Amino acid sequence: MTVTPEDIRRWLSAGLEGSQVTVSGDGRHFEARIVHPGFAGKSRVQRHQMVYGVLGDRMKSEIHALSMKTLAPDEI
Amino acid sequence: MSIREQLKEVIENNEIILFMKGTPDFPQCGFSGRTAQILRACDVKFASVDVLADHSVREGIKQYSNWPTVPQLYVRGEFIGGCDIMTELYESGELEKILKPEAAAGNG
Repeated sequence: MTVTPEDIRRWLSAGLEGSQVTVSGDGRHFEARIVHPGFAGKSRVQRHQMVYGVLGDRMKSEIHALSMKTLAPDEI
Repeated sequence: MSIREQLKEVIENNEIILFMKGTPDFPQCGFSGRTAQILRACDVKFASVDVLADHSVREGIKQYSNWPTVPQLYVRGEFIGGCDIMTELYESGELEKILKPEAAAGNG
Protein backbone atom coordinates (compact mmCIF):
# COMPACT_ATOMS: atom_id res chain seq x y z
CA MET A 1 0.00 0.00 0.00
CA THR A 2 1.79 3.17 -1.03
CA VAL A 3 1.27 6.24 1.08
CA THR A 4 -0.37 9.23 -0.61
CA PRO A 5 0.02 12.91 0.28
CA GLU A 6 -3.66 12.82 1.29
CA ASP A 7 -2.93 10.03 3.81
CA ILE A 8 -0.19 12.08 5.43
CA ARG A 9 -2.33 15.22 5.40
CA ARG A 10 -5.13 13.30 7.14
CA TRP A 11 -2.81 11.75 9.76
CA LEU A 12 -1.15 15.06 10.57
CA SER A 13 -4.40 17.06 10.74
CA ALA A 14 -5.85 14.46 13.10
CA GLY A 15 -2.75 14.25 15.25
CA LEU A 16 -1.97 17.98 15.42
CA GLU A 17 -5.20 19.56 16.51
CA GLY A 18 -6.03 22.94 14.98
CA SER A 19 -3.28 22.66 12.37
CA GLN A 20 -3.39 23.57 8.66
CA VAL A 21 -1.56 20.95 6.63
CA THR A 22 -0.65 20.75 2.94
CA VAL A 23 1.34 17.80 1.60
CA SER A 24 2.82 16.93 -1.79
CA GLY A 25 5.04 14.06 -2.81
CA ASP A 26 5.82 11.16 -5.09
CA GLY A 27 5.03 8.16 -2.91
CA ARG A 28 8.41 7.97 -1.16
CA HIS A 29 9.62 11.55 -0.72
CA PHE A 30 7.10 14.01 0.68
CA GLU A 31 7.01 17.73 1.46
CA ALA A 32 4.63 18.97 4.13
CA ARG A 33 3.77 22.51 5.19
CA ILE A 34 2.23 22.57 8.65
CA VAL A 35 0.92 25.60 10.52
CA HIS A 36 0.15 24.66 14.12
CA PRO A 37 -0.43 26.72 17.31
CA GLY A 38 1.50 24.09 19.27
CA PHE A 39 4.73 24.98 17.44
CA ALA A 40 4.92 28.42 19.04
CA GLY A 41 8.03 28.80 21.19
CA LYS A 42 9.43 25.43 20.07
CA SER A 43 12.73 24.82 18.26
CA ARG A 44 12.78 23.34 14.78
CA VAL A 45 13.93 19.98 16.13
CA GLN A 46 11.11 19.90 18.69
CA ARG A 47 8.56 20.79 16.03
CA HIS A 48 9.77 18.07 13.72
CA GLN A 49 9.77 15.57 16.61
CA MET A 50 6.12 16.45 17.28
CA VAL A 51 5.32 15.64 13.64
CA TYR A 52 7.32 12.40 13.72
CA GLY A 53 5.52 11.52 16.96
CA VAL A 54 2.18 11.77 15.18
CA LEU A 55 3.37 9.63 12.26
CA GLY A 56 4.95 7.08 14.59
CA ASP A 57 5.89 3.74 13.02
CA ARG A 58 4.70 4.82 9.60
CA MET A 59 7.93 6.83 9.42
CA LYS A 60 9.89 3.61 9.79
CA SER A 61 8.40 1.68 6.93
CA GLU A 62 6.23 3.63 4.58
CA ILE A 63 7.69 7.12 4.47
CA HIS A 64 11.29 7.27 3.24
CA ALA A 65 11.68 11.01 3.51
CA LEU A 66 9.51 13.85 4.72
CA SER A 67 10.68 17.43 4.31
CA MET A 68 8.74 19.84 6.48
CA LYS A 69 8.01 23.50 6.89
CA THR A 70 6.75 23.83 10.45
CA LEU A 71 5.29 27.25 11.26
CA ALA A 72 3.45 28.77 14.20
CA PRO A 73 0.39 30.83 13.15
CA ASP A 74 2.22 34.14 13.68
CA GLU A 75 5.11 33.05 11.44
CA ILE A 76 3.15 32.75 8.21
CA MET B 1 29.05 -1.08 26.70
CA SER B 2 25.57 -0.63 25.19
CA ILE B 3 25.11 0.82 21.73
CA ARG B 4 23.61 3.90 23.40
CA GLU B 5 26.72 4.43 25.52
CA GLN B 6 28.97 3.91 22.51
CA LEU B 7 26.99 6.50 20.55
CA LYS B 8 27.08 8.93 23.46
CA GLU B 9 30.85 8.54 23.71
CA VAL B 10 31.55 9.06 20.00
CA ILE B 11 29.16 12.03 19.90
CA GLU B 12 30.79 13.67 22.89
CA ASN B 13 34.32 12.98 21.62
CA ASN B 14 33.77 14.74 18.31
CA GLU B 15 32.89 18.42 18.17
CA ILE B 16 31.04 18.01 14.86
CA ILE B 17 29.81 14.56 13.83
CA LEU B 18 27.49 13.55 11.01
CA PHE B 19 25.70 10.19 10.99
CA MET B 20 24.98 9.47 7.34
CA LYS B 21 24.40 6.76 4.76
CA GLY B 22 27.76 6.17 3.09
CA THR B 23 30.70 8.57 3.41
CA PRO B 24 31.18 12.24 2.48
CA ASP B 25 33.09 11.17 -0.63
CA PHE B 26 30.64 8.34 -1.45
CA PRO B 27 27.20 9.21 -0.03
CA GLN B 28 24.60 6.50 -0.53
CA CYS B 29 21.58 8.78 -0.27
CA GLY B 30 20.80 12.23 -1.64
CA PHE B 31 19.96 13.68 1.75
CA SER B 32 23.17 12.34 3.30
CA GLY B 33 25.17 13.68 0.39
CA ARG B 34 23.58 17.09 0.77
CA THR B 35 24.39 17.36 4.47
CA ALA B 36 28.04 16.43 3.87
CA GLN B 37 28.16 19.06 1.11
CA ILE B 38 26.74 21.69 3.47
CA LEU B 39 29.39 20.97 6.10
CA ARG B 40 32.11 21.19 3.46
CA ALA B 41 30.65 24.48 2.24
CA CYS B 42 30.95 25.76 5.83
CA ASP B 43 34.62 24.76 5.68
CA VAL B 44 34.67 22.86 8.98
CA LYS B 45 36.39 19.63 9.96
CA PHE B 46 33.82 16.98 10.87
CA ALA B 47 33.69 13.30 11.73
CA SER B 48 31.23 11.08 9.89
CA VAL B 49 29.75 7.67 10.65
CA ASP B 50 28.39 5.41 7.90
CA VAL B 51 25.25 3.94 9.46
CA LEU B 52 24.97 1.45 6.59
CA ALA B 53 28.09 -0.29 7.87
CA ASP B 54 26.41 -1.32 11.14
CA HIS B 55 22.70 -2.04 11.57
CA SER B 56 22.80 -1.49 15.34
CA VAL B 57 24.22 2.02 14.77
CA ARG B 58 21.59 2.73 12.14
CA GLU B 59 18.79 1.83 14.53
CA GLY B 60 20.54 2.96 17.72
CA ILE B 61 21.04 6.53 16.53
CA LYS B 62 17.31 6.85 15.83
CA GLN B 63 16.49 5.85 19.40
CA TYR B 64 19.29 8.03 20.76
CA SER B 65 17.84 11.23 19.30
CA ASN B 66 14.21 10.12 19.02
CA TRP B 67 14.52 10.96 15.32
CA PRO B 68 13.40 8.36 12.76
CA THR B 69 15.70 9.19 9.86
CA VAL B 70 19.35 9.59 8.87
CA PRO B 71 21.35 11.83 8.27
CA GLN B 72 21.70 13.34 11.72
CA LEU B 73 24.09 16.11 12.76
CA TYR B 74 25.50 16.59 16.27
CA VAL B 75 27.57 19.59 17.34
CA ARG B 76 29.28 19.59 20.74
CA GLY B 77 27.04 16.73 21.87
CA GLU B 78 23.79 18.41 20.82
CA PHE B 79 21.46 17.03 18.15
CA ILE B 80 21.02 19.76 15.52
CA GLY B 81 18.75 18.02 13.04
CA GLY B 82 18.49 16.19 9.75
CA CYS B 83 18.91 17.37 6.16
CA ASP B 84 15.82 19.58 6.28
CA ILE B 85 16.83 21.54 9.34
CA MET B 86 20.49 21.73 8.31
CA THR B 87 19.44 23.22 4.97
CA GLU B 88 17.22 25.81 6.68
CA LEU B 89 19.96 26.70 9.18
CA TYR B 90 22.57 26.92 6.43
CA GLU B 91 20.44 29.17 4.23
CA SER B 92 19.69 31.49 7.15
CA GLY B 93 23.37 31.65 8.17
CA GLU B 94 22.59 30.16 11.59
CA LEU B 95 24.48 26.94 10.87
CA GLU B 96 27.83 28.72 10.57
CA LYS B 97 27.24 30.33 13.99
CA ILE B 98 26.53 26.91 15.49
CA LEU B 99 29.53 25.30 13.81
CA LYS B 100 31.96 28.17 14.42
CA PRO B 101 30.76 30.08 17.51
CA GLU B 102 34.19 31.64 18.06
CA ALA B 103 34.15 33.10 14.53
CA ALA B 104 30.62 34.40 14.99
CA ALA B 105 31.61 36.00 18.30
CA GLY B 106 34.70 37.52 16.68
CA ASN B 107 32.97 39.69 14.12
CA GLY B 108 30.63 41.22 16.65
